[in-house]
Amino acid sequence: MTNRTVLVLLDPATEIRSSVLELLTIARGLGRVEAVALEAPTVEVLAELGRYGIETVHQAELSRAGSCVSGDERHLPAVVAAALAAAVRLTDADVVLLPTSFVAKEAAALVAHSLGAGLVIDAASVREQDGRVVAGKQVFAGAWDTECAVTTDVAVVTVRANSAVAQPAAAAVEPVTEGYAVEVAPTPVTLVSREVKADTSGRPPLDQAAIVVAGGRGTDGDFGPVEDLADALGAAVGASRDAAFEGWWDTYVGQTGVTVAPRVYIGAGISGAPHHRGGMQASQVIVAVNSDPEAPIFEICDFAVVGQLADVLPQAAAEIRKHRG
Amino acid sequence: MRIVVTAKYVPDIATERGFQDRRVVRNAGEGTLNELDENAVEAALRLVEAERASGAIGPDEGEVVVVTMAAPDGDVALRKAFQLGVDRGIRVSDDALAGSDYFGTAAVLAAAVRKLGEESPVDLVVTGMAALDGLGSVVPTLLGAELGLPTLNLAKKVELAPADGAGRVLTITREIDDVTEQLSAPLPAVLSVTDTANQPRFPGFKLIMAARTKEIEVWSPADLGLDTGVAGAVGARTETLAAVPRPERAEPEIVTDKGEGGVALADYLIRNDLV
Repeated sequence: MTNRTVLVLLDPATEIRSSVLELLTIARGLGRVEAVALEAPTVEVLAELGRYGIETVHQAELSRAGSCVSGDERHLPAVVAAALAAAVRLTDADVVLLPTSFVAKEAAALVAHSLGAGLVIDAASVREQDGRVVAGKQVFAGAWDTECAVTTDVAVVTVRANSAVAQPAAAAVEPVTEGYAVEVAPTPVTLVSREVKADTSGRPPLDQAAIVVAGGRGTDGDFGPVEDLADALGAAVGASRDAAFEGWWDTYVGQTGVTVAPRVYIGAGISGAPHHRGGMQASQVIVAVNSDPEAPIFEICDFAVVGQLADVLPQAAAEIRKHRG
Repeated sequence: MRIVVTAKYVPDIATERGFQDRRVVRNAGEGTLNELDENAVEAALRLVEAERASGAIGPDEGEVVVVTMAAPDGDVALRKAFQLGVDRGIRVSDDALAGSDYFGTAAVLAAAVRKLGEESPVDLVVTGMAALDGLGSVVPTLLGAELGLPTLNLAKKVELAPADGAGRVLTITREIDDVTEQLSAPLPAVLSVTDTANQPRFPGFKLIMAARTKEIEVWSPADLGLDTGVAGAVGARTETLAAVPRPERAEPEIVTDKGEGGVALADYLIRNDLV
């Protein structure tokens, strides 16, 4: 193990998403892991961090032109980036890991720019080779595997969800939270309003779920069968861009929507246009249900049922509920 | 209202894309204007058109310039932009720019925007949300950082406040990662738009004809005062060590529903330990 310090972004610090646990696991393979937070971590979060071997949490004390940066402003990419850059300077860290959400990517780009660091987006693996950080990445809708080495001293990497199995450390530790000052540069950008969509479905978040059931044009607007199967499986529900544009579901799986790489992806009534494939082709097992046997999705799936999803999905859901007892 | 749109010429996503010698294959004839840049062009054209419609500028004022960093076959992307109605197209080219990473690309595009700004002030730089080959989504942010301009990313809705004596304020609404935000910044600024921001227009016949012979300006890094070491493979902060095609999936198991299709699906998941 080298003397390398790896910083992992913990935002929010009031809960730990499974993707962050994966980041912590990956980070341990690279060096000594420390977390960077923009608010005080809760007791539960600290306990979980401890289980994952994190000894230090750096809590940013954010100010801009003499006043505190607080509330929603803290989650803006420029603020996150300032906190990360300051933490790198403070700890002399060599690697910064973030999840691969759009906000995190923006923050990652800004940090890398301010530090002159190399940047890899959407890595599926991160390891060390010959003293350099090497990221594995799947590109071109999952058709190619690439390995990319960072050639600068500091590496900033955003990591895809579902890329590692989260594993607690061999021995739990007791994390210490240390405040550190971060001066955020003045910006002409104003946050006018911010609203977080509350997810009351009780389902796992789409970008992290182990199983995703997605509906497309073939649902004809009725997502009942899709939700039914998802609930039988404990899965997240997604949609194709077409279905989302029709207003039948709000989040869509696709290159410009949410990119998923779950253990199982079930696409129902989705033809599998390149745009959509780009958002799910890295899934481990792909199942398609479509009444059209010529649908492009059949070319990339492992199992398919040619039939009406309104018949197939409820029947599958019932069988699964029976099996689970 | 002078708007620069930065665009990319990318391998056609409907073709077999891949690598050779660890570099993306960019064959002449198999590339297109990045589809997401059409939304950027559309956003720019609508802003200029709105300014004319409101009388803020005269009917012949306002300009949309598209800039791309590409080899000569990238002209295809500029001609498509001409078909949509942009006024001017510029290609920045040099063999040494091949293999540029995000930072090199942003540095070159920023230098082009600065050079255009020397002719007359640029009010806004508009980009698509990502290039469909790399899907990094970071060049817009880096462009703003290079230019020292406020950056408003991933806009679904774009509103430009009427001029009121002070500067113009641009407000965007974006919906990403379950969060809806409204952000604003004064011009000049950098703006990236999503594929949900607008429906790009169909090329007009007259524009299609004119696009064939419209002049494309070609600039070199030297024209931009850029040291080529800043971009290209030489300036890159990452190095591709390997690029290997993933094995194709085995032939799928396909079942036709004759009344038991759902049972077959459940059975597949159960026997493969996926439930």
